Amino acid sequence: MSDLRELYQEVILDHAKHPRNFHAMPDSVRAADGHNPLCGDRLKVFVQVEDGVIRDISFTGSGCAISTASASMMTEALKGKSLLEEEAIFKSFHDLLTTGSHATEDEELLGKLEVFGGVREFPVRVKCATLAWHTLQAALKGSAEPVKTE
Amino acid sequence: MAVKSMKSARNRGEVVVSSSAFSPDDIRGDFPILQTTVHGKRLAYLDNAATSQKPQAVIAAMTRYYNSQNANIHRGVYELSMEATAAYEAARDRVRQFINAADSREVVFVRGATEAINLVATSWGQANVRTGDEIILSTLEHHSNIVPWQMLADRAGVKLRVIPINEAGELCMEEYEKLLSPRTRLVAITHVSNALGTITPVQRMVRMAHAAGALALVDGAQSVPHLPIDVRDIDCDFFVFSGHKICGPTGIGVLYGRQAILQAMPPYQGGGDMIETVSFAKTTYAPVPQKFEAGTPNISGALGLAAALDYVCGIGMDRIGSYEHQLLRYAQEKLSQVKGLKIVGTAAEKAAVISFVLSCAHPHDVGTILDGQGVAIRTGHHCCQPVMDHYGIPATARVSLAFYNTREDVDQLVQGLQTVKEVLG
Ligand SMILES: Cc1ncc(COP(=O)(O)O)c(C=O)c1O
Repeated sequence: MSDLRELYQEVILDHAKHPRNFHAMPDSVRAADGHNPLCGDRLKVFVQVEDGVIRDISFTGSGCAISTASASMMTEALKGKSLLEEEAIFKSFHDLLTTGSHATEDEELLGKLEVFGGVREFPVRVKCATLAWHTLQAALKGSAEPVKTE
Repeated sequence: MAVKSMKSARNRGEVVVSSSAFSPDDIRGDFPILQTTVHGKRLAYLDNAATSQKPQAVIAAMTRYYNSQNANIHRGVYELSMEATAAYEAARDRVRQFINAADSREVVFVRGATEAINLVATSWGQANVRTGDEIILSTLEHHSNIVPWQMLADRAGVKLRVIPINEAGELCMEEYEKLLSPRTRLVAITHVSNALGTITPVQRMVRMAHAAGALALVDGAQSVPHLPIDVRDIDCDFFVFSGHKICGPTGIGVLYGRQAILQAMPPYQGGGDMIETVSFAKTTYAPVPQKFEAGTPNISGALGLAAALDYVCGIGMDRIGSYEHQLLRYAQEKLSQVKGLKIVGTAAEKAAVISFVLSCAHPHDVGTILDGQGVAIRTGHHCCQPVMDHYGIPATARVSLAFYNTREDVDQLVQGLQTVKEVLG
């Protein structure tokens, strides 16, 4: 039960139930599809970049609490950040989920995203938490292939 | 008979005849894994459609083989090899008896249902289908009864036709009738849907296929553990199943095929054991079933499967079926009382499978939280994406029961669902 509360923290549940930046953007905006075949989660991430800065970011789709909350909090965390910052945040987020590394500079970078630390105890759910992030990478690279995590 | 002596008789693989009603409490002790705990909780194993647990009798049969019988088969003139060969062939005959085939040469050992279907699609398909021919499947099929036919369709230019299902998850028989035509070469259908539990009317469907001049393959992966099987009664041309879903080990399964049809089919894989004579000028093949069993087979698996069949027959497939049916009704009743829970697949004829969705939680979250309560269920598309598409959902949570499950398991599940609601609700 304590592990479960660690996984399904209030903030995560709030974002899962009321996802932020949850809407599509016009066709002209960069976007990519992400799919987790294991649980059927499907997301689409939209991202608008100007002068190396993420001006706007949003997503649509359906998924489990972890993947929806992660997508929602990702959009909040990255809006207005430079692509360099985005890269650093993604790296710390990934480390948090896989190795649990906790450098102080990571903490600063991650901010609220720290709540995903509990996912580490549930290895099969790491894919859920990273789906939106991998999809964003694809959108930024302009890759046409849908992203799959399994 | 006292419980203890009944248990030891079962473990020796003897058929214990008893007319008394079946109680899982008598046999749960036969399954070592059911005595274990998960996350400090009693294990409620409710993922039997994925794989079943193994009784001590099966584990012992396999250990016995490695401890005292191990030798390669069909090769040695020495005692051990002859003994292993006899045991392996006795296992084949055990399977024949279990599915009531006419001849043990109609029983081919394979890795599982998947390999059996691939064998038929490759070997029979290569020899029997031409561009313009059609193969009929259904929406209910497991991916293993879809993809091999798609691969054949790509190679041979055959067309796949799909029997739709209704809202309850039953096959639309009128549509099936319309799909049958002189172009139909084969009808390949599941006997029980692993995603929804629907039992399909295979006997009638086989009769209709034959009337149209087509052959019929029945995927028995999910029916064999729950229903008594008689392939001559079903009258199908092929019947496939996996040992691991009926208390046997993984890596062993069965292709049943009508003898004349198997004999006419080209080999599947080439190698040792499947030949009669080999020379670089010409090789002749062994008769069936050896023609389809290239290389050293899964000997311990076959012995384990035979022990598993002895075990379930010791209880009685009829008693297993009727007990599971009672438990299914109990589970359906309990689950339908859970607010916000919707059962997906409500066929009139169902085996012990319940798929459901919860309004407040994605199946994946349900699975994770239930796991924390010691409850093992399956979540996802269950290798049946066409079924999920039919209902317009990405996934379900699935409970699948076996004869060693109890009301306590179901209660633990329902309790766990309350926790899901507390955490996510
Ligand atoms: C209906 C059905 N057919 C075929 C299979 C494939 O069985 P296996 O993976 O043992 O080959 C399964 C397994 O889940 C099944 O449920």
